[in-house]
Amino acid sequence: MAWTKKDLLGLEELSREEIELILSTAESFKEVSTREIKKVPALRGKTVVNLFYEPSTRTRVSFEVAAKRLSADVINIATETSSVKKGETLIDTGKNIEALKADIIVMRHNYSGAALMLARHLGISVVNAGDGWHEHPTQALLDIFTLKEKLGRIEGLNVSIVGDIAHSRVARSNIWGLSKLGANVTVCAPALLVPPEIEKMGCRVSDNIDDALKNADAVNVLRMQFERDEGAAFPQQLEYFKNFGITRERLLKAKKDIIVMHPGPINRGIEMSSDVADGANSVILEQVTNGIAVRMAVLFLVSQGHDQNGQNNS
Amino acid sequence: MGKIIVKNGRVIDPANKVDEVLDILIEDGKISKLAKNIKNGAEETIDAAGKIVLSGLVDMHVHLREPGREDKETIASGTRAALKGGVTSVLVMPNNNPAIDSAQMIKSVKEIIQKTACANVFISGAITKARKGEELTDIAQLKKDGVLAITDDGSSVDSDELMLKALMQAKKEKLLVICHSEDKTLSAKGVVNLGFTSTRLGLRGISKESEYKRISRDIDLAKKTDAVIHIAHVSCKESVDLIARAKKSGVKVTCETAPHYFALNEETVLGYDTNMKMNPPLRGKEDMEAIRQGLKSSVIDAIASDHAPHTENEKDIEFERAEFGIIGLETELAVAITELVSTGLLDWKALAEKTSFNPAKILGINKGTLSVGADADIVIVDPDKEWLVERSNLVSKSKNSAFLGRRLKGVVEYTLCAGKVAYPWNL
Repeated sequence: MAWTKKDLLGLEELSREEIELILSTAESFKEVSTREIKKVPALRGKTVVNLFYEPSTRTRVSFEVAAKRLSADVINIATETSSVKKGETLIDTGKNIEALKADIIVMRHNYSGAALMLARHLGISVVNAGDGWHEHPTQALLDIFTLKEKLGRIEGLNVSIVGDIAHSRVARSNIWGLSKLGANVTVCAPALLVPPEIEKMGCRVSDNIDDALKNADAVNVLRMQFERDEGAAFPQQLEYFKNFGITRERLLKAKKDIIVMHPGPINRGIEMSSDVADGANSVILEQVTNGIAVRMAVLFLVSQGHDQNGQNNS
Repeated sequence: MGKIIVKNGRVIDPANKVDEVLDILIEDGKISKLAKNIKNGAEETIDAAGKIVLSGLVDMHVHLREPGREDKETIASGTRAALKGGVTSVLVMPNNNPAIDSAQMIKSVKEIIQKTACANVFISGAITKARKGEELTDIAQLKKDGVLAITDDGSSVDSDELMLKALMQAKKEKLLVICHSEDKTLSAKGVVNLGFTSTRLGLRGISKESEYKRISRDIDLAKKTDAVIHIAHVSCKESVDLIARAKKSGVKVTCETAPHYFALNEETVLGYDTNMKMNPPLRGKEDMEAIRQGLKSSVIDAIASDHAPHTENEKDIEFERAEFGIIGLETELAVAITELVSTGLLDWKALAEKTSFNPAKILGINKGTLSVGADADIVIVDPDKEWLVERSNLVSKSKNSAFLGRRLKGVVEYTLCAGKVAYPWNL
């Protein structure tokens, strides 16, 4: 199949075939990063703008490396909402970037739905690098890519996602993506951090970590964002570690080869113990490596989609 | 003033149990005769054959923003929008900035109305000073100055004690209290209905509890004080059930819903369309159905637009930052015809009750009927003709309609206000 979308906004709106196309494209791009000269000319002459309204190092750097390995020119704009403070609207900012003849905007934004809004108003491609609590599609794609690389398939796998589900765009994108590809997804969190009716997205809910780990082929451990001020919903850090932290003892009761993932940055001793983070089951650094290939695939594909129907659909 | 005859329309008037093809003779701004084949030398004849003739709509929940936010709407632009939608009387909410909470504010609003209004504009006053929920306004004085109701619409009076005092005062002054029933400790920073929609969109939710628990309190206080209350913008099943029970037990409570609560549900929010953002939020399908049934069973007395104009700058931004509220004066009748009458849920008589007769009765105004001697506020509707809601055909200053792009049934052909053809304008 051919890719037709000019944007990547989330996994909810993608078909299984589209997700598989991104994964297979990423597979072919992965090899590029092993070459002595880590560069292909796929996006030569294209300009990618990283527009980040929230502080982010790893996602921004990953997109930058991916774009550069495709030979694109990369411009980083880290605003931390400064344009909002100056009074410029997101749409105006986007139109200004479009007027610079950029080809792709990679955007991280603190408001859910911001990427969709921008994409509707622009003719150029928009890649969502995380919008509020809504979606973070490339993170989920790299998680899924890593799982598939390790286990050879997604269909039928038992995958547990542990942590603050309510405020997590990573969780949402993973649930959509994994369930579309046929995995059995369980989310596990303290009750106040499970958003209502999340089962309707295609997952099971558990409030018991041992239950969530029991038959899991993989566990994706989310970062607990204690820096967010969500008040009473948040447990104490030590209490959280005691009840939900991934420790070696807990893993001993799980499948021997269980894969442990984390989107980073890790709070060691809160979401997981150091021996798990650095242990044999952890694929956390491989996720980082795979993130490059997946983002190369996404940038490449949306630039193709843009070429075919690059009209403003607002 | 001239004589006008509205000929051969199907006249619907629940006040007089009329539903038949009649002529209406209008003289000196009043209805002077209803009969078949009136032969009279009228100066103007309006052919209403095949059309529905109703009392002009009485919309008891409208924000016209003037004075304060004339960039969103003015009394002139808002009443023009009203006339285009077949609405001849509106009750304006007091949540202007500054709030309509004093004799002086009422005076200035009345002056603007007198100079610029194209339809009947009635005023409500705030329950508490500056709508802060801290100190009661001079309710007796507000009554003297002619407000039809008091309300802190946009907020609920959180303090039970203060609300109790307000209801006691209102009872004494024989004044209606309109309740915006919302417990903000429960709705907090929510922006959409709490449930699958808020989860899916990654947005903070507004629970139904935040609405119906506060309705329950307001009903309890009304019971205790024997005051007359009206619950604004009812959006969910639990609220309908609570009000039904209260009515049965004799509490003096009425309520309204808005067209978006019976025409739309939370699924239309899925594209982050800020014109689907209002408070209370669009609820689930089962709630939409409960609102429809509540209208049918007459638990819900009135349909009101909650017309809430906002500029593009306040709406064409990120969903969480966008203002709550949508305009509705121009679409409410057509949405009701499309969703309630065309579907067979309500007949024309019931529609007339919800849109004019009942709200007039609740507000205690001499409107909402086509009786001989009544003000000739009349709307003539082509019930089958369809129209497309577009920005370009909206006359409100703001274009934040939830029905943009929708085809609606029912075109207002004429609106008469005080015996004059007030819409279309070129006549």
